Amino acid sequence: MATTDTPESAGHMAPEAPRGHMDRPPEPAVPPVVTGQWTPGTVTDKITSVIFQPTPRWWLLGAAISFLAVMMFLYAVTYLFAKGVGIWGVNIPVGWGFAIVNFVWWIGIGHAGTLISAILLLFRQEWRTSINRFAEAMTLFAVACAGMFPILHLGRPWLFYWLLPYPNQMTLWPQFNSPLIWDVFAVTTYMTVSLLFWYVGLIPDLATLRDRSKNVWIARAFGIFALGWRGAARHWQNYETLYLLLAGLATPLVLSVHTVVSFDFAIGIVPGWHTTVFPPYFVAGAIYSGFAMVLTLILPLRRWFGMHAFITDRHLQAMAKVMLATGLIVAYGYVFEIFIGWYSGNPFEMYVLENRLTGPYNFQYAMLWVCNIFVPQLLWIKKLRTSPVWLWAIAMFVNVGMWLERYVIVVVSLSRDFLPSSWDVFSGTVWDWAIFIGTIGFFCACLFLFVRILPMIAVFEMRHLVHEKQHEAEAA
Amino acid sequence: MNGSSQANPTGPWGLLAEFDTPEALVAAAKRTREAGYTRIDAFTPYPVEGLWRALELKRSRVPLIVLLGGMAGGLGVLALQYWSMVIRYPMIIGGRPLEVWPAWVVPTFEGTILFAAISGVVGMILLNGLPRPYHPAFNVERFTRASQDGYFLAVEAGDPKFDRWTTAAFLRGLGPVEVSEVEE
Repeated sequence: MATTDTPESAGHMAPEAPRGHMDRPPEPAVPPVVTGQWTPGTVTDKITSVIFQPTPRWWLLGAAISFLAVMMFLYAVTYLFAKGVGIWGVNIPVGWGFAIVNFVWWIGIGHAGTLISAILLLFRQEWRTSINRFAEAMTLFAVACAGMFPILHLGRPWLFYWLLPYPNQMTLWPQFNSPLIWDVFAVTTYMTVSLLFWYVGLIPDLATLRDRSKNVWIARAFGIFALGWRGAARHWQNYETLYLLLAGLATPLVLSVHTVVSFDFAIGIVPGWHTTVFPPYFVAGAIYSGFAMVLTLILPLRRWFGMHAFITDRHLQAMAKVMLATGLIVAYGYVFEIFIGWYSGNPFEMYVLENRLTGPYNFQYAMLWVCNIFVPQLLWIKKLRTSPVWLWAIAMFVNVGMWLERYVIVVVSLSRDFLPSSWDVFSGTVWDWAIFIGTIGFFCACLFLFVRILPMIAVFEMRHLVHEKQHEAEAA
Repeated sequence: MNGSSQANPTGPWGLLAEFDTPEALVAAAKRTREAGYTRIDAFTPYPVEGLWRALELKRSRVPLIVLLGGMAGGLGVLALQYWSMVIRYPMIIGGRPLEVWPAWVVPTFEGTILFAAISGVVGMILLNGLPRPYHPAFNVERFTRASQDGYFLAVEAGDPKFDRWTTAAFLRGLGPVEVSEVEE
């Protein structure tokens, strides 16, 4: 929706079908982004009806299960704070364990939202419009889950703010030359900018909800957050300009976050971490897992809320293709890790390969190849790309596979470094799993609340889109 | 909007005409502008192409704010790093120089983006005169359509050419769905 004040529809008329076949309707080359006849009014009714309808039963069930997982999380975290990180499986040499695996996994998932909102906006991909709001919300919650882990992993988590540069009576400053401090900056910036992007996108929709609420208190609650938005021409002008600029700012940001996360590893000298392929391969992996998670969540929601008109085969196919492409980049990363390990001639690097293939974690390494590389090749088949069931199953494989990837990078590399006398085998304890599953519960609980009280599809952007589609149909 | 009602202290805030398509609104805005009205505004449920041109709005100042915010953020974080790492808390590690410019790229980049984004959002909100919970247009019942599927054109009473009756007649001539008077 990044139209500047160019003359009407100058850039929007990219013809999807050849002109001149007036006798029969031209067959669209790709499935439409919106099916059926919609007007700005009916689109608004449909999307906001989800919020004003009575609570569906599946929602109550799902929210209750998520809530239980959140309770488990709180219990596990309380125990962690009381006893310390010793309740986890971490010990020297594997000091990073689940906390960092989960951190990287969650932050990777958090890449889809801003990618869809920002990069696809700049590329004028129309199909982003019906999924960007949901993906942005998912990003926020995933980054919130990610952000918890480094803090939980601190020996004294209540002192986490020492990582921030502020004048203090100890006259200490953070070590800006350390990748761990870069990470703090990258993740907090990403969180803040994603939140702003999401909120700015919501302002006009909050105004819609304010105007549609029958209950005065609900209207006021939405009204406070809508800031008095009234859709004036000047509002939209500043708004559109800002939205485009935010997309421009978020584009390098989204590519930089996982690059910086990969520096946490690549700048260390541990064999298996110290490689230059990490930044691009981490970014591709992040987009890969992000799209997998969007599909995992949006397929059931589309069914339960009956949003098939707005989330069509076009969206499923497009997301599947992004997954396939980024999955191949990830495959390239895996192959090159092996090649460079061998080509380096460095005994430690070569041992990493041997250990991955034949060591105590060879099952996880094999499953990583199965989940991330072999199974997703099914996406080459068009029939499976458009089948919600298959797509959901493949996305679940990728979710698991990307977690295993981080497990292999963090745990397997650390468990056998330079000195055989310090080798050890790590495995997660029940507390590791309780906290990990607890964050999944937290993530789901946030999403359940989100889809219940806020529009999961950007309503004003859909209004704009259906209006443009009407015009295209009239012009054709 | 204190100034807007000076000409007519007890009268309405202005007139609001509703149109059923964005094209009709743009055409009406153009004609109202050509008729010599200056204090006019339009309200739409989504950004409408051509409307800014029809209303002869000036370019948005948001880009300038974003640029300044980004520069302040980038330079500020760079200066913070130089000051804390070289002047305030110098620490020699591995015999390397204190000025480690390549290592400072990441926080500088993040600071640029962070401050550009925050200043842009705050700038957009303030330039739009928000937050503003009350606006006279909200008194019109039909105005709730402005965030759904109604396209509105307003002529403020503060306009030098405004007259309660002739302006209303003029707006009715533009083919609106409805023209309503907006109470202050």
